[in-house]
Amino acid sequence: MVHQYQLNGYNIVLDTCSGSIHVVDEVAYDIIAMFPEKTADEIVAEMLEKYRNREDVTEEEIRECIADVAALRDQGKLYTPDTFSEIAGTFKQRSGDVVKALCLHVAHTCNLNCAYCFASQGRFHGERAIMSYEVGKQALDFLVEHSGARRNLEVDFFGGEPLMNFDVVKKLTAYARSIEKEKNKNFRFTLTTNGMLIDDEVIDFCNREMSNVVLSLDGRKETHDRLRVDYAGNGSYDRIVPKFRKLVAKRGDRSYYMRGTFTHANPDFTKDLFHMADLGFTELSMEPVVCAPDDPAALTPEDIEIVKEQYEILAKEMLRRQKEGHPLTFYHYMLDLTGGPCIYKRISGCGSGTEYMAVTPWGDLYPCHQFVGEEQYKLGDVWQGVTNTALREEFRKCNAYARPECADCWAKLYCSGGCAANAYHASGSIRGIYEPGCELFRKRIECAIMMKAAEAEDPELRKYAKTRPAQYLGCGAADDEDCEACGEC
Amino acid sequence: MERIKTLETRDLCESAKKGGCGECQTSCQSACKTSCGVANQACENENK
Repeated sequence: MVHQYQLNGYNIVLDTCSGSIHVVDEVAYDIIAMFPEKTADEIVAEMLEKYRNREDVTEEEIRECIADVAALRDQGKLYTPDTFSEIAGTFKQRSGDVVKALCLHVAHTCNLNCAYCFASQGRFHGERAIMSYEVGKQALDFLVEHSGARRNLEVDFFGGEPLMNFDVVKKLTAYARSIEKEKNKNFRFTLTTNGMLIDDEVIDFCNREMSNVVLSLDGRKETHDRLRVDYAGNGSYDRIVPKFRKLVAKRGDRSYYMRGTFTHANPDFTKDLFHMADLGFTELSMEPVVCAPDDPAALTPEDIEIVKEQYEILAKEMLRRQKEGHPLTFYHYMLDLTGGPCIYKRISGCGSGTEYMAVTPWGDLYPCHQFVGEEQYKLGDVWQGVTNTALREEFRKCNAYARPECADCWAKLYCSGGCAANAYHASGSIRGIYEPGCELFRKRIECAIMMKAAEAEDPELRKYAKTRPAQYLGCGAADDEDCEACGEC
Repeated sequence: MERIKTLETRDLCESAKKGGCGECQTSCQSACKTSCGVANQACENENK
């Protein structure tokens, strides 16, 4: 399948099944569009007519370009047939019942009361609860026991607010570290936090033990404080930003993300992202709100158009900053064209319900964090394992080829069929789709690839191309300086 | 190819032969938690 688009002055051609990306001039762009349906003579005639005022577009030039297009086809870099549907389910079949990643809901409670929270203020539509060490330990044992030959195991401390159960987080981390050598496993921990309880101990712990920290910040103070408030209704921005700056300043080159949510109130979310960048943070993520369509925070069809424009603004501004030597990472624009995932990763779906599961504070297993609280999606528990095997089989069938709506979508090898939870909430089925989410996803990938095209053309951009490690451009305070005391934030 | 510049990319068809070790990061474990993107994950196959 070939997808062609024009963005920021670039003519881009994706050969989706080979993964090839071509940046072409307008003549080649037109020829590539015509090539499958027309003869060389027909293409020449149409092109000479279209470009009759262009001296450089001669019949010889056109025929040469047609030959180049044919050569790319013969090399398997254009018009590559889609032959992956037959192997789409094989990876998960071959993996059997291996589990390699858990989202541990260590606290179904929160010290903030954010109106848009998909976790319903951390309670996931249930009672407030805290995970005990015994439940968490059993979850880790379950993970190790079911991880087969996989060495890299991922555990995300999630909530609610996981730091409200920090002692258990520390104990579970210590337990995992105590068994990983004997079990030949490598635990990678992530902690997602609203920042309220960050202190020096948390900073040192996270920077020692967490492969990644996800720090919730919605951007500008007025944006952040509109929804991210405590139970007294007070905004949290002033309390958390100094803590985030201190944590990241001490983090060195270890991974982190400033992670925001945008809503109907700020579809112009790039202002919030650039605010984060201006605070000195370089690793950024900003996600559309997930909520019911009748929620006041929900994005409207008009917002979706604004958001698409915003993604273009973001890509162009990121290129401008990169050229000036200040590159940013935006989670959705990270593409590793040469070292990225193999085709099995690209077609097998996100792994929810099979290799990835969420664990509630009382030890129940769900396909992912977004299904927690949906009783019919309970898979089992950490003692008995997966008992609802029929449900697991339903999730096993989710892949890039499982949804008829994806059949003609050029982006399916970038999203692997999309988010099952979003599909369920939008369509009532995990094998449905959430079309507005798809629309935004396609736009993001187009922008990300355009940035790669720009880098390929401009050595100045390549010089500052940012993959890893993480950076903090920050306030300039020394690492051991007390950020909160300096007053610059 | 004067009019066509091809970026260096991983050949997905070729990756079907050796891929699928499963060691790479689960897509939802990094930053998003509310959408699915797989193309930004790094390959961790030591034998690719």
